[in-house]
Amino acid sequence: MSSLDTIPVCTEVASGNVEPLLHEIRHALQRLAEGKEGTVIDLKRLPLAPGEEERIEATLGTGEVRAEIDALGPTLIQETSYPGVWLITHKNADDVVVARFVEVTYIPELLRSQQADIDAGIDRLEDELKN
Amino acid sequence: MRKDQNLGEYLRMQGVSRRGFLKFCSATASLMALPPSAVSQVAEALATARRPSVIWLSFQECTGCTESLTRSHAPTVESLIFDAISLDYHHTLQAAAGHGAEAAREAAMEENKGEYILVVDGSIPNGNNGYSTIAGISNYEMLKEAAANCFAIVAVGSCAAFGGLPNANPNPTGAVAVSDIIKDKPIINVSGCPPIPVVITGVLAHFLTFGTIPELDALGRPAAFFGQNIHDRCYRRPFYERGQFAETFDDEGARKGWCLYKLGCKGPTTYNACATLKWNQGTSFPIQSGHGCIGCSEPRFWDKGGFYDPISAGQWGSRDALLGAAAAGAALGVGSALAARARKKKAQAAEEV
Repeated sequence: MSSLDTIPVCTEVASGNVEPLLHEIRHALQRLAEGKEGTVIDLKRLPLAPGEEERIEATLGTGEVRAEIDALGPTLIQETSYPGVWLITHKNADDVVVARFVEVTYIPELLRSQQADIDAGIDRLEDELKN
Repeated sequence: MRKDQNLGEYLRMQGVSRRGFLKFCSATASLMALPPSAVSQVAEALATARRPSVIWLSFQECTGCTESLTRSHAPTVESLIFDAISLDYHHTLQAAAGHGAEAAREAAMEENKGEYILVVDGSIPNGNNGYSTIAGISNYEMLKEAAANCFAIVAVGSCAAFGGLPNANPNPTGAVAVSDIIKDKPIINVSGCPPIPVVITGVLAHFLTFGTIPELDALGRPAAFFGQNIHDRCYRRPFYERGQFAETFDDEGARKGWCLYKLGCKGPTTYNACATLKWNQGTSFPIQSGHGCIGCSEPRFWDKGGFYDPISAGQWGSRDALLGAAAAGAALGVGSALAARARKKKAQAAEEV
């Protein structure tokens, strides 16, 4: 019985959207470097051919920082080989990707400790020390 | 989630951190096709959102729309949207049956007068109301009664939005769309056979977030999802521009992933978000899998000619038009035969002279 991996699949189709997207990232990085605002690009909104998301990932490469957030399923935050360009992948508890963004910023907002969580943490620590 | 709680309070009680909430808002904004810059607005609105009551009526349908919806019911992020609504009646999903189920529907309608969202899947038989009944109540009567005091109606699937397959020729039940019966309520058509699951949740998320009707296209569909046609968002579009088409499903062009236009793809005339949102948790969509779009989110898609005929071959709008064309074709055939016979007679006469 044949298995799925014996079926030839063409993966060299190009939507023509990879290059423009990479230029968009370059422009966003330039703006950030000039002290202007950051940019978030939703990868789910772009028509991409099979294999093109992987091409974008491969072109951006991996940088020095990699973080995983465990909140409503895992979120992977990877700085790419271009500092200031981050790849953010939100997954649900079934490990299914629910959203994917390229964020051009100094530090993704989600990595920062949030004020509401800090306040709740203070309460918890106080309770802990009382007991 | 209690009805008097807002979503922010509910999530905090569930142990969801602010960081988790922001993640939920990012995914929800993406789901609603909002730009990422809208996340903070979504967070602000969702934190104080109240739980809307939803009554779901299923009429002449195949349950494909509900199947599609429950497939999007993945744990955590999307399920929170469902936790955040009060699904007070859905006879396929609810445990209650018979009088208990109908009593729940009536109670929800009474308690949430003017505020509940009515979701309808399936068309309504309008030729003979007895074709489809629930608890002895005809679909027509139940729709009229439930629509009277709703805030808005979401017509889920091509059957509810446009009549769909039950409405296809010869339409034995006299099937019509929700909008053919209800004229005094806002109706959001989420067409597709079935609709993309995240489009259904996206529309519910819009209600939850903003409490308003999303911007609609000329056919009453949310513009965020139906604003562009499949063709314009298709990754195979460059092949179309270059004139590279698959001619059969197993030729070189098909293997190379060329455009499926000549194999009947209805992408150029079909408005939907399949090319970007995709199906099966974002895995693929028909064109990516090697089959043309059949145009299932457009009105009367079943009666517009063959799925494998290119659009340039013509799309017949109705059976009458098809019969008219057939009659014209037949007349042309008879005329040609008569002319041929006349030519033959003339030629024979010339030979005899």
